[in-house]
Amino acid sequence: MINLKINGFEVQVEEGTTILQAASKVGVKIPTFCHDPRLVPHGTCRICVVEVEGGRNLPTACTTPVYEGMNIQTESKEVVQTRREILDLVLANHPLDCLTCEKSGRCTLQDLCYQYDIKETTYVGERKDFEVDESNPFYYNDQNKCILCGKCVYVCSQLQGTEAIGFAERGFPTHIATPFNQGLEQSTCVSCGNCVSVCPVGALMPKSKEKFRYWETKTVRTTCSYCGVGCQMDLVVKDDKVVGVDPAMGASNEGLLCVKGKFAYNFVNHPSRLTTPLVRKDGKLVETSWDEAYEVIANKINETKETVGADAIAAFSSARALTEDNYLMQKLMRAVVGTNNIDHCARL
Amino acid sequence: MTNSVAEIKDADAIFITGSNTTESHPVIGAKVKQAIKRGAKLVVADPREIELAKYADVFLQIKPGTSLALNNALAHVILEEGLEDRDYIESTTEDFEKFAIKVKEYTPEKAAEICGVSPEDIRKAARIYAEAGKASILYCMGITQHHNGTETVMSLSNLALMTGNIGKENAGINPLRGQNNVQGACDMGALPNVLTGYQPVANPQVIEKFEKAWGVKLNNKPGITIPEAMHGAEHGDIKVLYVFGENPMVSDPDTNHVKKALEKTFLIVQDLFLTETAELADVVLPAAAFAEKDGTFVNTERRVQRVRKAVDAPGEAKADWLIFMELMNVLGYSKKYKNAEEIFNEIREVTPQYVGISYARIEEVGIQWPCPTEEHPGTKFLHVGKPARGAGLFMAVDFAPSSEMNKADYPLTLTTGRNLYQYHTTTMTGKTDAINKKAGECYIEISPSLAANLKVEDGEMVKVISPRGEIKTKARVTDIVADNVVFIPFHYADGANVLTNGEELDKYVKIPGLKVTGVKIEKLA
Ligand code: SF4
Ligand code: SF4
Ligand code: SF4
Repeated sequence: MINLKINGFEVQVEEGTTILQAASKVGVKIPTFCHDPRLVPHGTCRICVVEVEGGRNLPTACTTPVYEGMNIQTESKEVVQTRREILDLVLANHPLDCLTCEKSGRCTLQDLCYQYDIKETTYVGERKDFEVDESNPFYYNDQNKCILCGKCVYVCSQLQGTEAIGFAERGFPTHIATPFNQGLEQSTCVSCGNCVSVCPVGALMPKSKEKFRYWETKTVRTTCSYCGVGCQMDLVVKDDKVVGVDPAMGASNEGLLCVKGKFAYNFVNHPSRLTTPLVRKDGKLVETSWDEAYEVIANKINETKETVGADAIAAFSSARALTEDNYLMQKLMRAVVGTNNIDHCARL
Repeated sequence: MTNSVAEIKDADAIFITGSNTTESHPVIGAKVKQAIKRGAKLVVADPREIELAKYADVFLQIKPGTSLALNNALAHVILEEGLEDRDYIESTTEDFEKFAIKVKEYTPEKAAEICGVSPEDIRKAARIYAEAGKASILYCMGITQHHNGTETVMSLSNLALMTGNIGKENAGINPLRGQNNVQGACDMGALPNVLTGYQPVANPQVIEKFEKAWGVKLNNKPGITIPEAMHGAEHGDIKVLYVFGENPMVSDPDTNHVKKALEKTFLIVQDLFLTETAELADVVLPAAAFAEKDGTFVNTERRVQRVRKAVDAPGEAKADWLIFMELMNVLGYSKKYKNAEEIFNEIREVTPQYVGISYARIEEVGIQWPCPTEEHPGTKFLHVGKPARGAGLFMAVDFAPSSEMNKADYPLTLTTGRNLYQYHTTTMTGKTDAINKKAGECYIEISPSLAANLKVEDGEMVKVISPRGEIKTKARVTDIVADNVVFIPFHYADGANVLTNGEELDKYVKIPGLKVTGVKIEKLA
């Protein structure tokens, strides 16, 4: 075990722990843009610099392992000065359109500029002017807002394993793009949106049908309703409507989703949902009340039981519904109707 | 799955067979790629050159429906080269000798002939699987939806047993469950022969236990499966059919037969939308979607996870369990539940695997059954030490081709599956415009040389014909399919399942052989 001090607090951690990990252990928050615990740390953005007593320069907390007796300050004057310079430089190349930017309220750049009191950049000069890549139907890539943290590239290559995007060009015009800039739609991108979910700014954004501000929303942790992986996700909800989905760190998905889980949620609030029971009258399905629907079903079940027996009734349960729904359906069939004629589509 | 999803990335070798993992279970597909980056070896056996085939050390492009012959040949090579785990076989398994004699017949040369691959590739694949410290098998419907699906699964489990890849981390034999809660539906006894937790209907003690728990007399005659019920409905034996959250008009084989059956019976459909099946119903009940109710789903690794209500259900739509409860009440069974948690607690009382799982315990992270007590952490991987039944049973199984193969009038083999974007019958995914932009309509994959023979260009309409019916669909010319094999995703109405055979069932579990259908193709004028 290694003993060290962070902002005066004594901390004990295992060897190989980074400063960032040690700090989070004692609840000290160090800002990051490019860090993601699932990725190999790369220290690209440098916003996580801290001051180490006796050190000559400011190391990045995400890549620097702790050592015995280390004494760290995470918000010293010099640290704050450096972070302000980094933010100033980032803003030199970032449109200040927070008023209309959809990321507003959930943007790390916005949050840190607020925290370190940066209103605008002190730099003047050339500005990025990239065409927005709108070709993918699920999300867009606006490189004018990119801060080159690299997270999207590494998530796509290290976790998703698709390697659809990378850094293009060097120096000032560096940006995130598909090979040969052919656009997302022509690339190997599988629209999983895992890059979108980690982008700290408004560069990679879902094409949402709804207009909403993040402060108007709440999130609800749940399980994906599509395949059997059982990815954990947060539904983003505004006014009784699902307006987005974020991946959560579930045991099976470890923060990843696929295109269905991330983007195919529109069925929930879809206008063609069934909203009342229907019964067939004179050959047509017409709206009815729950009471009447139950009565029609109950009469038919009772009549069939009396005339032919319960085994002339069968039910297909649903592999898409709750465990509890399935339990009650088989109980209904077995305990109340009186047959074991219950199956579901495991075979199909 | 015997093992957990997160274990896949630390396997030494992975054998993927009958699973297009990156499209059907994309996040598991990502884990496989992570494993490869860590140096895991990969063997893929599939009739199509799926995405993961490009990452494979050995890719076996087998003819549809021939997996069993391949698996037996892999076993043959493992024994021939002495790569089996003698200790494991001797200490924990039964009937090895019978099995060894059987697979002796399956030389790589013989299997190569049946499967349409090279014998040397079979040898290589066997070595990769058997020489790995921890080898994991991932499979899906490409293994099970066959006339000999159960036996094919047995042939896979033989491989895991003979190499001792059972009961240890990062290994195992892992069926990937296609739908979010197939595992839960099976666990709950939404099956004709078992009650919850796989307790057999035919066991008098089980019946007695449930009669006591539920306070009613129970029928102890095992029920009928979906294909049998369809058949029964068509022939007038099934008078009432209650279809809940399923769309057999698209998902079940032989649509024309399904339609006849559904029209003949009194049909109740409970769903989110007026599906192709609901349109035929006598009563339609509007149900709440997953985002509108509290409860649980059980994922493919047996993990019971929470589902939480985020929004209200539209109009008068209700949670499914509430509908069932109210109907029970109308039918004279007066039990009431206030919420899903009360139902879950009743499930725990009658289901040994679930006893230790409670909503409170799975608030943050789900628990994998079996979980016998509240102190038990759940079970990450099964069959530690010894397989659950006491000893691992080797099964000597033989390959027999599907009756759909080698038909003179229908020379091409149609196989089916999913694509990345759509889910099942598109009822849910098809409501997102961007999904439909990517995969909005049915298509058939045909090889360039078949396309040339038929004088069909990419994107042209063709007619596909089987003894059950015919469809018109768009040709997608691609070399991921072999020359005599064609592929249609089963998502779309009036698509693949108009053609498939609903009669040829697996003799053990009555799965229809959806993955092999003899067809012919005609160019449309
Ligand atoms: S959507 Fe997925 S595949 Fe496409 S670039 Fe992003 S991470 Fe890569
Ligand atoms: S697009 Fe977003 S995630 Fe990617 S490098 Fe730019 S800021 Fe980072
Ligand atoms: S997000 Fe994709 S991989 Fe995950 S459970 Fe949903 S459908 Fe499956």
